[in-house]
Amino acid sequence: MSVPHEALDFERPGFFRQLLLRDWAYMALVLAVAVTAYSLYGHMMDRYDTGGLILAAGMSAWLGWFWRPWQLFSVIVAVLSLFGVWLYGDDLARGDSVFWLNYIGSGQAGVMWMSVMVYLSTAAYLVGLFSTSDFPYRVGSAFAWVAAGAGLMALMVRWREIYLHDPSWGYIPVANLYEVFVLMVAMIALMYLYYEQRTGQRGMGAFVMLVVAASTTFLLWYMFDRDAHMVEPLVPALNSWWMKIHVPTNFVGYGGFAIAAMLGVAYLVRHRMERTRPDSRVLARIPSKDALDGVMYKAIAIGFAFFTIATVLGAMWAAEAWGGYWSWDPKETWALIVWLTYAAWLHMRFTKGWRGPGMAWWTIIGLFVTTFAFLGVNMFLSGLHSYGEL
Amino acid sequence: MADSHQSTGNSGGQGSASSTSSRGQNRTPRRSRIIVEFLGSMNLAITLLVALAIASVIGTVLVQNEPYTEYLIQFGPFWHEIFAGMGLYQVYSASWFLLVVTFLVVSTAFCVYRQTPGILKDLRRYNLQVKEKSLRSFPASSTGDLGQSQEDFLAHARRVLKAQGFRAREKTRDGETVVAAMKGRWNRLGYMLTHVGIVVICVGALLDGQFLLKVNEWMGNVEIETRSIPESQVPEISRVPVSNPSFRGSVEIPEGASANVVFLPVREGYLVQDLPFRVELEEFRIQRFSTGAEQSYESDLVIHDPERDEPLRATISVNDPLIYDGYAIYQSSFADGGTRVEMEAIPLGPGALRGVDFPGRIFDEMDIPAPGGEELTIEFIDFSVVNTQALLNEEGEEENVFLGPRVDFRLVDRTGAGLYYRNYQNPIPQEGAKYFLSGVRESPAEEFSYLFIPADADDSLDRFRTYLTMLHDDEVRMAVAQQAARGSEEMMGGEEGRQAIARTVSMLMQTFAEGGYPAVDAEIEQRIPEGQREQLGGLLFQVLNSGLQGLYMEVLEEEGVVAITEEEQRWLEDAVSAINALNFYGSPYFFRLDDFDHREASGLQIAKAPGESTVYTGSVMLIIGIFLMFYVSYQRLWIVARPNEDGSGTHVVMAGTSNRHRVEFEKRFAHLERWIIEQKNVGDDDSPDSATNKND
Ligand code: HEM
Repeated sequence: MSVPHEALDFERPGFFRQLLLRDWAYMALVLAVAVTAYSLYGHMMDRYDTGGLILAAGMSAWLGWFWRPWQLFSVIVAVLSLFGVWLYGDDLARGDSVFWLNYIGSGQAGVMWMSVMVYLSTAAYLVGLFSTSDFPYRVGSAFAWVAAGAGLMALMVRWREIYLHDPSWGYIPVANLYEVFVLMVAMIALMYLYYEQRTGQRGMGAFVMLVVAASTTFLLWYMFDRDAHMVEPLVPALNSWWMKIHVPTNFVGYGGFAIAAMLGVAYLVRHRMERTRPDSRVLARIPSKDALDGVMYKAIAIGFAFFTIATVLGAMWAAEAWGGYWSWDPKETWALIVWLTYAAWLHMRFTKGWRGPGMAWWTIIGLFVTTFAFLGVNMFLSGLHSYGEL
Repeated sequence: MADSHQSTGNSGGQGSASSTSSRGQNRTPRRSRIIVEFLGSMNLAITLLVALAIASVIGTVLVQNEPYTEYLIQFGPFWHEIFAGMGLYQVYSASWFLLVVTFLVVSTAFCVYRQTPGILKDLRRYNLQVKEKSLRSFPASSTGDLGQSQEDFLAHARRVLKAQGFRAREKTRDGETVVAAMKGRWNRLGYMLTHVGIVVICVGALLDGQFLLKVNEWMGNVEIETRSIPESQVPEISRVPVSNPSFRGSVEIPEGASANVVFLPVREGYLVQDLPFRVELEEFRIQRFSTGAEQSYESDLVIHDPERDEPLRATISVNDPLIYDGYAIYQSSFADGGTRVEMEAIPLGPGALRGVDFPGRIFDEMDIPAPGGEELTIEFIDFSVVNTQALLNEEGEEENVFLGPRVDFRLVDRTGAGLYYRNYQNPIPQEGAKYFLSGVRESPAEEFSYLFIPADADDSLDRFRTYLTMLHDDEVRMAVAQQAARGSEEMMGGEEGRQAIARTVSMLMQTFAEGGYPAVDAEIEQRIPEGQREQLGGLLFQVLNSGLQGLYMEVLEEEGVVAITEEEQRWLEDAVSAINALNFYGSPYFFRLDDFDHREASGLQIAKAPGESTVYTGSVMLIIGIFLMFYVSYQRLWIVARPNEDGSGTHVVMAGTSNRHRVEFEKRFAHLERWIIEQKNVGDDDSPDSATNKND
C-alpha cells in the first residue's frame, strides 16, 4: 500500500518552483511596464516618485504571484486605463466627444459602471441565497469583478483628468471623500473576491456585497447632491508623498473591518436560523459558522495589521505636516478608538477564547465605530483633518 | 508553568484537553505575585483599553482647548465647574487620563514580564512527556497501525517533518518513541514584539509629553500667562528655559524680523519657551492655484546660533520642515506681518469730497475724530493682497474673480462697542457693474453684510462722493428741487404751489440723505393723515425720486455727460440703494484703502520631540510583531510510535495544535496524516487542493 518515500509529495518545493510559466510571464510584463514607464518619464520623477513606481510594480508582481486571478485582472484594468488616457490626449474636452470616454472609460463614466455592477452583483448574490443553483452566485461574483475593475480604472483615468484640468493641480485621486469612496468600494469587492476564491464559500457574497452597495449608494448621493466629483485643487498640507501610501493603506483596514462586520451579520443570521428554522433551504446556502468565523478573523487580522500601518504612516505624515506625530486631533483620536476596539476583539478571541454571537456583534459595532471615524468625524467634529468635509 | 503560557495562545476550544488554561494555579499566593497577576491580567488590560477609548471619545466630542468663557456660555456655571474640575477641556493632558495610559503601559509591561519566561521555555521545551491518551483527545488527532517497523516509520516521519519545516525532538522509553515537533516559533516572538512595541511607543510619547512642565506647574515654578501682552513683558514665571526637553509651540515672524522664543498654548493661556537660537524670516512666498487657493507656501529662514560661526540659511515649506539641532521647524501658517496702509477717511455725509488721509499699520490702532465731535478708534486687524472668490458674472455663472487687496479693521466708539469692517481697495465686478465693497458685521462669528458703492466710469468713487456732497448741500438741493417742481404751477395753483412742492422735494431729499427710506417713511407717517397716506405717499416717493434723478443730472452735467445711458441709469439706482444702506452701515466714514506696503508674517511651529525616534522604533516593532502573530502560525505536533501488540508492525498516534486558523490547521493536519501515517500523496486522489498550494 505504501509508495516509496522518494515518490511522496511532502517535499516542499521551493517558493520559485511553485511558480508557473504564467507567473513568470506576468512578472516580466510588470517589469517591462515599469521599465518603459521609467524610461519615458524618469526625467520627471523625483526619488519618491521612483520609489513609488518600484513599490507599485513590486506589489503588483507579488500580488500576481500570491493570488493568480490578480494577473489577468490587473492587465485588463491597466489596458483599459491606458486606453482612456490615450483617448484623452491633451484635451479634457474629448471626454464629451469621444464615445468611449463619454460612456465607458472616463473617470465619471467608470464610477457609474462600477455602481451599476455593484448593484447587479448584490442582486445576483441575493438571488443565489434563495435559489438552489450556484449559478447566481457565479454571476454575482463576475459582476463584482467587473465592478472592482471599473472602479480602479475610473481612478486611474481620473488621475490623468486631474492633470488635464490644470497641470498645477495634479494629485493622486485619493484626496477627497469621493475618490476614497470609489477606492473603498473597489477594495472591499476585491478583498471579498479573494476570500471567496480562497475558501470557495460564495454564500458570503450576499452579505458582504450589501455593505458595498450601501457605500455605493452613499457615493452616488454624494456625487449627485454635492457635485463631489468636481476636481478641486489640494490644500497644501495634503500635497505630500505620505498621502499616497497612508490613504490606500487605511482603506485595506476599513475594507477588512467592513467584510468582518458583514460576516458577523451572516453569522448571526445563521446562528438564529439554526435554532428557529433548521431545515430552511436558505440555511444551507450560508457558510457554516466555523467557516464564517475563520474568514471573519482573517479579515480583522488583515484589517488590523494594515490599519496599524496606516496609523503609523499617518503619524509620520503629521510629524511632517503639522509639526507633531500625535496631536489628539479628532480623526487621529478616532483612529485610536477603532484600533483599540479591534485590539480588544483580538484579545477576547485569543486570550479568552471567545467565539460566537457576542464576537459577531462586536464586529458589527466595530463597523459603526469605524464608520464614525471615517465619516462621522468629518461631519460632526472639527479638526485638522477638516478637508474631507461633507 | 510553561504549559500555561502556551495555552494562552491556543485558540480557545481546541486542544483544551492538553492545555487547559491554568491562570488560577494552586500556588501559595505571595503578595508580589498577586500584584503581578493583577497588573498583567487580561481583565485589567481590557478594562483599560475600554477606558482609554471612552476617554478619547470624550475628548473628541467636547471641543478641546477653547477659551473658558466659551465653555461657560455653553454649559452654564454649574457644569462648567464640574467639567473644568474633571479636566474635560484638556482630556489628553488630564491627570486621570495620563494615569489610565500609565496603567496600560504598566499592565502591558507586566503582561510581557509574566509571559516571557513561559514563551522562552515553550520555545525550548518540546514536551516529550505527552501521553498517548491525551493525544487521542486532541481535536486534530489520528491513529494508525502500520506494517512498517518502528525504525522505518520514524525515519519516514522525521523526513516528512523536516521537509515540512518542523523542528523535532524525540525520546524513547520502554520501546515507545515520542516525537515532539514544532514550527512557526516566530509567532511567539511576534507576541513579544507587539507588546514591547506598545510599551516603547508609550515611553517615547511620555518623553515628548511635556511631563516636566506639568510637574513644574504643579510645584508652582511655572505659571501660565493669560493676558495678550508683548512677549518682552511676559514675566519670568511664565517663561520656560531652553533646558526644557520637549515642547511644541508656534510663533509668527514678520518678514525682516526674527524671534528667539515660541509660544506654548496651555489651557486658557500660554507660556513662552526660550530657544537657544534666533530665527529670522527673510522672505515669505505663497504659490496659488488659478482659483486663488493656496498651492503651497514657503519661508526663507536664517538661523542665528551663537554656537555657529555663520548663520544657517534654509527654506521650509508645508510638508518640508527644517530639522536643526534636534529642533524641528515647520511651516504651519501665514498671516499679516504689520502691513503699512495709507487710508482715506471719506465722510459719508456733507463733506464727502473732503476726505482725510492718514497712515495706519495692521495690528495698530488710532484715534479718529468723528463728524459729531466724539472720538472713534480704528483698530487695524488684518490685511491680505490676493483674494479670489467665486462670483456671478454677467451670464449669471460662477466665475473666479480676483478681488484684490483688502483691509480688515474694527471701529470702536467711546463705550468700547464697535463693528467689524472689511474694505476692498479695487472696485469689484458684479453682474456687469463695478462696486466698492465694504463688509460690516457685529462680531467675527457672523457673515459680513456688504455695502455696494457703485464705481463711476473711471472706476473711481468720485461721482458718488460728488453726488453725496450735493445731496447734502442745501443750495444745490433747493435748485434741483426747483427744477423738479417746474411745470407744476398749473396743477398746484401757481408759483406758491410750485414753491411748496420744491420745498417738499428738498425736504424729502434731505430726509433721505440723512436717514434713507425708513426716515422718509417716518416723515410721511408723521405728516400725512392716515387716510391719504397711500395715495399721497406714493406721490411723494415719486417726487423724491425725480429730485434724486434731477440731482444726478446735475452731477452728470458737471462731468460733461449729455445723454444718459442704461449704465448710468443703473448707477443712480445703485447709488440710491447705497445711500439708503448707509443708514445701517454704522460708520460715519468710508475708509478707503489708498495704498499699502505689504509685509507678511510666517507662522512657524517649532517642536522638540526627543521621543520621536523611540515612538517610531516602537511602531516598527508593533507592526512586525503583528504580522508575525497573524501570519506565522505556531504549530506543534506529537507522534507516539510503538510496536504493535503482536509485534508485526507499528502502532502510531499523532496529534497537533495550532494557535491560529483552526480550519486551515485541520487541513494541514490531514495532509500530514496522509503523508506520515497513510504514506500516500495528497495530490493523488480525492483531495482537490494540493498541499503545495498554500499561498494564503
Ligand atoms: C494597548 C495594549 C495592547 C495591544 C494594542 C495589544 C495587541 C495585541 C494584538 C494585536 C494581539 C494579537 C492577537 C492575535 O493573536 O491575533 C495580542 C495578543 C495578545 N495579547 Fe495583547 N495587546 C495589548 C495589551 C496586552 C496586555 C496588557 C496583555 C496582558 C494581559 C496582553 C496579552 C496578550 C496575549 C496573552 C495575547 C495572545 C498572544 C498569543 O497567544 O498569540 N496584551 N495583543
